[in-house]
Amino acid sequence: MEKSLVINPDKCTGCLQCEMACSYENEGVFNPAKSRIKVFTFHQEGRFVPYTCTQCSEAWCQQACPVDAISLNLVTGAKEVNESSCVGCKVCTISCPFGTINYNQSSGKVIKCDLCGGDPKCASACPTQAITYVDADQTGLDKMRQWATQTDNATSNTASNA
Amino acid sequence: MHYIIIGAGPSGVIASENIRKLDQNAQITLIKGHKEPPYSRMAIPYFLEEKITEDGTHIRHKSNSFNEQGITLVNELVSEVKTKDNTLVLSDGSELVYDKLLVSTGAIATSPPIEGINSNHVYNCWTLEDARNIAKKAIPGSSLVLMGAGFIGCIILESLLKRGVNLTVVEMGDRMVPRMMDESAGGLLKSWCESKGVRILTSEQVISISEAKAKPLQVNLKNSDPLSADLVICATGVKSNTGFLESSDIKLDQGILVNEFLQTNIENVYASGDVAQGLDFSDQSWSIQAIQPTAVEHGRIAAINMVENNSCVHHGSINMNILDTMGLISTSFGQWMGVEGGEESVLLDEQNFRYLNLQFKGEHLVGISSLGHTQHIGVVRGLIRGKVKLGVWKERLMNDPTRLMEAYIANI
Ligand SMILES: Cc1cc2nc3c(=O)[nH]c(=O)nc-3n(C[C@H](O)[C@H](O)[C@H](O)COP(=O)(O)OP(=O)(O)OC[C@H]3O[C@@H](n4cnc5c(N)ncnc54)[C@H](O)[C@@H]3O)c2cc1C
Repeated sequence: MEKSLVINPDKCTGCLQCEMACSYENEGVFNPAKSRIKVFTFHQEGRFVPYTCTQCSEAWCQQACPVDAISLNLVTGAKEVNESSCVGCKVCTISCPFGTINYNQSSGKVIKCDLCGGDPKCASACPTQAITYVDADQTGLDKMRQWATQTDNATSNTASNA
Repeated sequence: MHYIIIGAGPSGVIASENIRKLDQNAQITLIKGHKEPPYSRMAIPYFLEEKITEDGTHIRHKSNSFNEQGITLVNELVSEVKTKDNTLVLSDGSELVYDKLLVSTGAIATSPPIEGINSNHVYNCWTLEDARNIAKKAIPGSSLVLMGAGFIGCIILESLLKRGVNLTVVEMGDRMVPRMMDESAGGLLKSWCESKGVRILTSEQVISISEAKAKPLQVNLKNSDPLSADLVICATGVKSNTGFLESSDIKLDQGILVNEFLQTNIENVYASGDVAQGLDFSDQSWSIQAIQPTAVEHGRIAAINMVENNSCVHHGSINMNILDTMGLISTSFGQWMGVEGGEESVLLDEQNFRYLNLQFKGEHLVGISSLGHTQHIGVVRGLIRGKVKLGVWKERLMNDPTRLMEAYIANI
């Protein structure tokens, strides 16, 4: 069974352990600015929302890539960036309607969540289980995926604002 | 069922692969008019700056990728389409019969009708062949004149500089990339380029190109002294590649006319990508956007409609661009120039070359343009395409346009 990240913002305390773990795993430094998961803070409501790629089935980034640099990991279901093919054109960064693939100026390539090859460090670092890695069919990420289809031309263009 | 796709750019490749996914038994033929494997024009700048070799421009890196998918590549130009007999005539005189046809022949570069434009050392920068020729001549210390500071001109500018040439850019309009930037952003981009040693002449025009003594070319300008050059690159415009269709009964305007299924006036003929005059999401006009994201979106939707009998309505593509000019990254999306009765929220920091301009219509974001803002930028597409009602976030964005991502997350 394919697994996926489930994010439950109600449990997030904004401790940023996930960002630290992510940047350390992927960039070798403890630097939230280089994290592929990002916690957004809503001061007015006192809410924290961790946010990263949903590995959406539309794979906007992969479709838009002109040079075959984003591919599907058949084991984890993640869309992964192949550093050696990426030319840094950034077209994927404007194509992804979730804003979850980003340009990294220091490497000249794009970066996105790759589920750490099946052992996502954000989930293991999260002390409150706001981020968990579970069987795909029970994910709360469905909501975000629905969002993806709203952006898809294949469906109705009347978007709700639930 | 035999599907034929004419043109193996991004649109044709995505279409043929999607047809295969939807119909395991179909016969699929992908016709490319060049000897190279299917490649992306978008990768040309990176080839020019030697970040990649030619292989790196290929749309699929595994050499047998098409073979494995049961897609037959044909290496010939199509010279005629006979829709009455469902037949294509190829340039070697042979014929192919289709059940359904997709035309995705892209665009071709054009040149202004000025004296000397056909000289030996004048090139477009549109094909790999062009790029090879440019690479041969754009060597360190050579002088290069780039005609046109539109999107394509600007996107190759950095690669040319990285080749060590002395670069002068001549642009007819009053600013750089007028079709994706307003005066503030275009002006900032120009001063950024000048600070990096590029000479940019705006509101200027090349009136002719003649032979010279010291250098191969003399480029004569309308308002200033002539420039001498080893090489001239002409990036003044493109037009859709429909010449071979003129004898057919497929309806053409600026490109191939299509409906909301990307179907032409001929029932079993579809069109996609730069060659198709498709629907613009923002103003619901039928126009040619000539960008990669639209080309692949068209390709995917056309494929579905060809296999599943018009089951997928195309509600329009959002025009969007991202451009990196020597480290200064600019973007534009949708109706970045604003709409009647709309409102805007603007942040300008000239010293740091940062700019963000959001355009609203009522509670909806309809477009943005930016300089120096790249993180989570794709969410703009989500906000526009999802027609997200911003509610309280409209006011918040009016006060601080940088909070786009929060506005999005708060609304899902
Ligand atoms: C230097 C450069 C940089 C660019 N950068 C960007 C960018 O950063 N972002 C962006 O969005 N867009 C960019 N573009 C534009 C982008 O490349 C095009 O929008 C995209 O290639 C369109 O894809 P397409 O498949 O519709 O057409 P094309 O890529 O033009 O492919 C058409 C194919 O059809 C073939 N063909 C044509 N006529 C025939 C015929 N009669 N018979 C058989 N085959 C034929 C051609 O050989 C070609 O393979 C750039 C273009 C260039 C040149």
